[in-house]
Amino acid sequence: MRKETIPFPKGEIKAVFGHCLVLRGDDIDTDRIIPARFLKCVSFDKLGSNVFADDRKEMRGKHPFDHDLNRQASILVVNENFGCGSSREHAPQALMRWGIRALIGESFAEIFYGNCLALGIPCATASKEKISKLQTHITENPRNTFELNLMSQELFNKNHKCSIEIQAGTLEMLTTGRWDATSQLIARNDCLKEIASKLPYLNNFKGHQ
Amino acid sequence: MSSGTLYDKVWELHRVAELPGGSTQLFVGLHLIHEVTSPQAFTALKEKGLKVRCPERTIATVDHIVPTASQDRPFSDPLAEEMLCTLEKNCATYGITLYGIGSGKQGIVHVIAPELGLTQPGMTVACGDSHTSTHGAFGAIAFGIGTSQVRDVLASQSLAMKKLKVRRIWVGGELKPGVYAKDLILHIIQKLGVKGGVGYAYEFAGPTIEALSMEERMTLCNMAIEGGARCGYVNPDSKTFDYLKGLPNSPKDKAWERGVAWWETLCSNKTAIFDDEVNFDANEIAPTVTWGITPGQGVGINDNLPTLESLDSRERDIAKEAYRYMELQPGMPIEGLEVNVCFIGSCTNGRLSDLQAAAKIAKGKHVAKGIKAFVVPGSEQVAKAAKQEGLDILFQKAGFEWREPGCSMCLAMNPDRLEGNQISASSSNRNFKGRQGSSSGRTLLMSPAMVAAAAIEGKVTDVRKMLAQQSKDSKK
Ligand code: SF4
Repeated sequence: MRKETIPFPKGEIKAVFGHCLVLRGDDIDTDRIIPARFLKCVSFDKLGSNVFADDRKEMRGKHPFDHDLNRQASILVVNENFGCGSSREHAPQALMRWGIRALIGESFAEIFYGNCLALGIPCATASKEKISKLQTHITENPRNTFELNLMSQELFNKNHKCSIEIQAGTLEMLTTGRWDATSQLIARNDCLKEIASKLPYLNNFKGHQ
Repeated sequence: MSSGTLYDKVWELHRVAELPGGSTQLFVGLHLIHEVTSPQAFTALKEKGLKVRCPERTIATVDHIVPTASQDRPFSDPLAEEMLCTLEKNCATYGITLYGIGSGKQGIVHVIAPELGLTQPGMTVACGDSHTSTHGAFGAIAFGIGTSQVRDVLASQSLAMKKLKVRRIWVGGELKPGVYAKDLILHIIQKLGVKGGVGYAYEFAGPTIEALSMEERMTLCNMAIEGGARCGYVNPDSKTFDYLKGLPNSPKDKAWERGVAWWETLCSNKTAIFDDEVNFDANEIAPTVTWGITPGQGVGINDNLPTLESLDSRERDIAKEAYRYMELQPGMPIEGLEVNVCFIGSCTNGRLSDLQAAAKIAKGKHVAKGIKAFVVPGSEQVAKAAKQEGLDILFQKAGFEWREPGCSMCLAMNPDRLEGNQISASSSNRNFKGRQGSSSGRTLLMSPAMVAAAAIEGKVTDVRKMLAQQSKDSKK
């Protein structure tokens, strides 16, 4: 496991620093990220050590998540349609608890993307060519650390620079610290009351004949 | 952009505010919870010092982890027991109704909410489970959510969502005997692809859909998510109202009349604008079976499995992977493929009419040698109704096991599971690798009648032949 843990995302998220970890392959689904048997739990605490459990077992220590050099990684670089399959939030939770704080990929599955955002984990995208170059660069220079800068939409260090994209709405939510939906949702108490007071099925269908 | 559709109307009614980032805050009319995706949400709530905003609009049951052979407490699996205890404690703390084991109302969340009359037209329904789309059968807008959103709904009775586009799927023609709602939706997903519905709500409409019973509509909407659509719905009509009349949570007396009057106004207008429209002809649909590792990899029972060359280039890689995993060859027929396990149940096909359709095939026959076949009613109410008709005895005589209600072998969270590379004929909704509990287990999705036919013959069989034989025999 990791030697030190970085705190979970909080507040404004403008940049993520750290080592990058390359995980190649399209359509990596949430069942692979965290197999169903680990859903039998009442807290997310222990999910980190079981991320990609079956794939890692199959690869007997050769899985990217088991490489010594990757143990401090906080940025995961993937390919197409990452996180497809079930809606389980256990998948991003497992990645976050392992230590991942940002993802860069060709594309992400919709619900997975939303679940990551709700945890304060940006999912940035880049073209196939850029991702491929980036993955090669990281594999060849595994000791280098990077900065993922959300404001400038770049992943860079002294030797390498790669422009990335983050959806405008997501970018705004992350950089202003308003990705934590709960506090925003409860803030509109009056609006909620008003909507509820007008919904026919909550008001005995009054006024409908 | 769509306008005048049921989706647009329900969305407008529940829209609380626009949020930064382009999402909308949407009021949730009914929140369903279960033991798997709620515990962490309750923990987060506690950590933030928040309360459940509308305990009376939150309903809980236990389904995923319950054993179906014996439901005596404590469960033999301590993790499963802990999950149920946690749910019980949370529901007690926050004043949430829990339909637990033995209450007479327990069952798979998407089976019990409709049968209790909780799901009604025009509501927004959310649940930490992707098959929440089922409730769209009533003209509700219903979608699955993640655990942080469960927390949000508990705290605020609302969530942040982006508005979907609306695709109308218009189906004409007649589903022939032996062809069911399950075949229709497997066919639709096969044609439009498992990602085809991403970003869309599916409105199912047209004469074929109007002719479907409420339970068939639930099967259809249940699997909208397997086609990538976050929700699917059918406009409410007299069938919807007949189904709801007199259910425990349906409006009564004068309120009922007012309710029906309102529900009628919700249907998509004749002049409604859809973002996309697709047509299907039900006459062309045969009993459909999946052969691969996504619900879109299906074929008609009389067809051969696709050759790689016949597939769109984007589908070839996943097809290759599917053939490898399923140990099947391109071009081979699906009919006659031997199976090991036959499972009738799940939120897709665990309702009374599903058990009746399977019983019709099993009646007076016997499960083939070496086949494990079992029937798992979707809820305690379904089990009771089935027993009243003697279906439990009928199935047992035919060599099927009769179980207690739960999700069972739909997924690997309880003792019902495949072993090794067994092949199942399953009435559930997902055939992903390892879904049924063995990392090399193989799943063929089909209708409950087709599963019963496979159990009797020991292999994938065209149920229409059995039905034809039955009607010949009855004429003798
Ligand atoms: S029956 Fe299957 S799909 Fe339905 S809620 Fe249970 S596990 Fe999910």
